[in-house]
Amino acid sequence: MILEVDGLNKSFGRKQVLKDISFTLETGEILAIIGPSGAGKTTMLRCINSLEKCDNGTIKIDGSYLCKDYNNKSIYASSEEMKFIRKKVGLVFQNYNLFPHMSVIENIVEAPINVFGVSKNEAKDKALQLLNTMGLEDKINSYPFELSGGQKQRVAIARACALEPKLMCLDEPTSALDPELREEIAGIIEKLVDNGMSILIITHDMVFAKRIANKIIFMEDGRIVHEGKKAEFFNNYEDDRIRKFIAL
Amino acid sequence: MISYIYTLLPSMADGLIITLEIFFLTLILSIPLGIIVSIGRLSEIKFLFKITEFYIWVMRGTPLMLQIVFIFFGLPIVGIAFDRFTAVLIAFVLNYGAYFGEIFRGGMESIDKGQYEAAKVLGLTSYKTFIRIILPQMFKVVLPSIANEVITLVKDTSLVYVVGIGELLRAGKIASNRDVSLIPLALVGIIYLLLTAIFTEIFNKIEKRYSYYE
Repeated sequence: MILEVDGLNKSFGRKQVLKDISFTLETGEILAIIGPSGAGKTTMLRCINSLEKCDNGTIKIDGSYLCKDYNNKSIYASSEEMKFIRKKVGLVFQNYNLFPHMSVIENIVEAPINVFGVSKNEAKDKALQLLNTMGLEDKINSYPFELSGGQKQRVAIARACALEPKLMCLDEPTSALDPELREEIAGIIEKLVDNGMSILIITHDMVFAKRIANKIIFMEDGRIVHEGKKAEFFNNYEDDRIRKFIAL
Repeated sequence: MISYIYTLLPSMADGLIITLEIFFLTLILSIPLGIIVSIGRLSEIKFLFKITEFYIWVMRGTPLMLQIVFIFFGLPIVGIAFDRFTAVLIAFVLNYGAYFGEIFRGGMESIDKGQYEAAKVLGLTSYKTFIRIILPQMFKVVLPSIANEVITLVKDTSLVYVVGIGELLRAGKIASNRDVSLIPLALVGIIYLLLTAIFTEIFNKIEKRYSYYE
């Protein structure tokens, strides 16, 4: 089990955006979380990546507790443990958030060298290898502004991969891409799984979810409305909300 | 006339040296101070925020000349005395530190929140995030405003005459009064123009070097 989320609650002021979220992700699985805007998908992703602190509930990543519910309050890991746990999770932002003042290769080696003390040569070799598998070997010294959206995304994935996470999270990976590029990103994600990663994807894109996921969670208004295998989900015509959403 | 100008040069050169000393020392000391001030201004610690806010208000809200006079003539009354040059330098650094602080704050606020988050997800400490991710991007944003301040500083150095330091403009004035001629002042004007031309050129070069990314 790579990820276990149990009883997660999160409020911003009076508005409760996550309501008792519980689910698990098996190692090697691709989980797509879908649902309308404002359903709390991104907030949940941000909690898993510790960009947001949840109010109560438990998040366990690859056997380590990021936070643990104690007397109805989430107690977070110490900052030393946090560093260790954070390394297990990679995140590809919706708008990529590449560092604009650094070249492609500098973006990728930044964290390995400056956070984990990997030697320059080793980090560079690893980065070149990653860029090769992403088909970006001719963009090594380009700057982010010189890249297309799809290329930026692949750099962002390579940057996250450089830390060898066990769980890779992608926020709306197809939202800024042409439909033709869907297949490309799907191929890359499958490669990550072949290399032993587990994947969590947030998406609006039903075609993409259908193409790539093993498991689907449907969220609405801060709750998980449906959780199940892909086939189960797409044949679930009884649930009105899901039927409506699939039809979109 | 050429020979007259020639006789003025030694005293002008002496004045120019003082002007440049104040100029460079102020820059070297007030830019780091500005960074510290901007961090205080962006701090979530209320005490730090309030104190920097007050400091900026005082420094921007009163004339620099008054600040020089206060530090050199006023502070000795309560037993804190500096020599002329130190007093002037303290006033300049405190004054410019406030302006630079506000410029840097604006620059830092213009950096996308996503940059901080990307750094956090990659595990960078807040110190490394600031030094390696935020500062370099911030400097590019603020360069034009910094260039503006630097040009103003060149001319502000003339204010030190109030405590009797013989900088460039004062050298020109003395010669002008002595010889009943405007030529020394014209010469001073030309030297200021040359200085600002040089600094403008330097900043253009720096901006060009930072334009390698968008």
